[in-house]
Amino acid sequence: MAVSGKDDVFAPWKDATAEPLIKINGVTKRFGDFTAIDNISLEIYPQEFFALLGPSGCGKTTLMRMLAGFETPTSGVISIDGQDMSTVPPNKRAVNMMFQSYALFPHLSVWENIAFGLRRDGLDKEKIAARVEEMLKLVQLGKFAKRKPHQISGGQRQRVALARSLAKAPKLLLLDEPLGALDKKLRQETQFELMDIQEKTGTTFVIVTHDQEEAMTVASRVAVMDHGQLIQVETPEVIYEQPNSVYVADFIGDVNLIEGSVSGLDSGAELAWAEGRDPLIGQPGASLSKGQSASFAIRPEKIAISAEEPQDRRNRVQGKILDIGYLGNLSTYHVELPDGPIIKCEVGNRSRIERRDFTWEDEVWLSWSDTAGLVLPR
Amino acid sequence: MRRLSTFNIVSLTLGFAFLYVPMLILVIYSFNESKLVTVWAGFSTKWYGELLQNEAMIDAAWVTIKVAFFSSTLATVLGTMAAYVLVRRGRFFGRTVFSGMIYAPLVMPEVITGLSLLLLFIAIGLDRGVLTIVLAHTTFAMCYVSVVVSSRLVSFDDSLEEAALDLGASPFEAFRLVTLPIIAPAVISGWLLAFTLSLDDLVIASFTAGPSSTTLPIKIFSSVRLGVSPEINALSTIIIAIVTLGVLTASIVSKRQISQRLREEAQAG
Repeated sequence: MAVSGKDDVFAPWKDATAEPLIKINGVTKRFGDFTAIDNISLEIYPQEFFALLGPSGCGKTTLMRMLAGFETPTSGVISIDGQDMSTVPPNKRAVNMMFQSYALFPHLSVWENIAFGLRRDGLDKEKIAARVEEMLKLVQLGKFAKRKPHQISGGQRQRVALARSLAKAPKLLLLDEPLGALDKKLRQETQFELMDIQEKTGTTFVIVTHDQEEAMTVASRVAVMDHGQLIQVETPEVIYEQPNSVYVADFIGDVNLIEGSVSGLDSGAELAWAEGRDPLIGQPGASLSKGQSASFAIRPEKIAISAEEPQDRRNRVQGKILDIGYLGNLSTYHVELPDGPIIKCEVGNRSRIERRDFTWEDEVWLSWSDTAGLVLPR
Repeated sequence: MRRLSTFNIVSLTLGFAFLYVPMLILVIYSFNESKLVTVWAGFSTKWYGELLQNEAMIDAAWVTIKVAFFSSTLATVLGTMAAYVLVRRGRFFGRTVFSGMIYAPLVMPEVITGLSLLLLFIAIGLDRGVLTIVLAHTTFAMCYVSVVVSSRLVSFDDSLEEAALDLGASPFEAFRLVTLPIIAPAVISGWLLAFTLSLDDLVIASFTAGPSSTTLPIKIFSSVRLGVSPEINALSTIIIAIVTLGVLTASIVSKRQISQRLREEAQAG
């Protein structure tokens, strides 16, 4: 394990000596002509909370089902804990899955649902009872042990499903859109509960989700997928602040994308974006060459808005306020530049004073530092 | 409560009269004193008494129940297995052919089914008796069971079975512990349907029955050819009573279950 001292951040993927729990090596999965997974290689380490993130149809669920054993790779090897999984059926894997529909057995009580997997292992009665009680306590459902799944609420069902999949203490827990069926408030609470449980049990979690906020909140690392390929595999911070492509920048959070071409690479990266205007300056997000067409990506919260022209910043543009969105904690301004593009800019409402500096049709200056934006190849 | 218009009352009356007047007449005449079926001569239950004395009739009833029980049980096992494979095992070589073939006996004229079975039994040298009727009834009842069970399986959430596998159940355990209990209502109604079809069958049974194994429909049909006796009316009344009781019980039980479930779901919030 990579985690040793207190001060060490949990990052086994940076440790060359760390042994991964899951090794996915050149895996491809085809359904007829359709390639669901296209030559993916990936390593997931013990005790990670790993998120597979992407739009529907990107292959994330197929990848998870291959880990569970419900699909077999067309080519390539998946090994878990050093063992090649190609011939191991789902019922012989130390992997459990929490299904999107929860898949609770409707004819069994909550207690019997949780005990189902333990009974298949042929444990004796006292051991099963003790483990089920432990699980019920973990998800705080002791009172509902005798109820049938249709007699409890959606949030409770979600917890039963979690308890059932954790009961056998699997090496790896797979979660398929586990919070998709819950309303927003409950979902946010449950995200933290999941993280708590993951920490308490020390189980490796792999979660599949299309909700980027969820992935960012819970995961130690996020793999952004598209069309059966891994686009970027990194921690949430890196995914957000240093996306390696326009696709990732656009998929995660809000971003302004200004199109142009690379005009210089001396101090950071310069992007020529409009005739007769100073180039925008940012960090190169990937290897770039001069003249290449690229996009300038800047997050709305990194843009400052002011009435006067800021002299100390090289990145500054003037525009007219088109729209103001008041969200309570922050306000969003849509500013139209003379050349057409609309830039979104977010300002935190840090004081309660009812005071609006800008209003519709105001001419304002937008500015940001040289390191706030990224230049990404297109 | 909504009030019915005259038109509604008339349509309701006509419809039910069409369905039930013949049976009503049969029931009334079963209590007829006279030996002549069409002449009313006062109330009596003597034909019921005579029916109980008629050993040939009792034997036939017994054979019929035995045949219905064994054939419907066999048909339920085979039909459920066929439905499971066709619905749940995805696409495999020859799936379309198989699913078409399993439904073919539903539209096949019974005479042809009966005749072909008769030829088969003669060819393999199987003596005609209870066994041959059971086999014949299994053959056609199995398709009905398979239709009923597969309609339930189509709406069955695949992930339930996957969850069972995922939790360490073997494929057979997953079927026995998860799938079967959930589809049980459909399997039971398939069994009941097969049982009823077997009780009812005259054509196929007359091809495949031997001299020692007359079923009730064959018996009734042959005695009616010699003239309808009030005894037959009495027998039919008993059958109608049993069927009515069965249907009423089933509907009351299922209604209670549904309302209880709705109540519990409402409480769960």
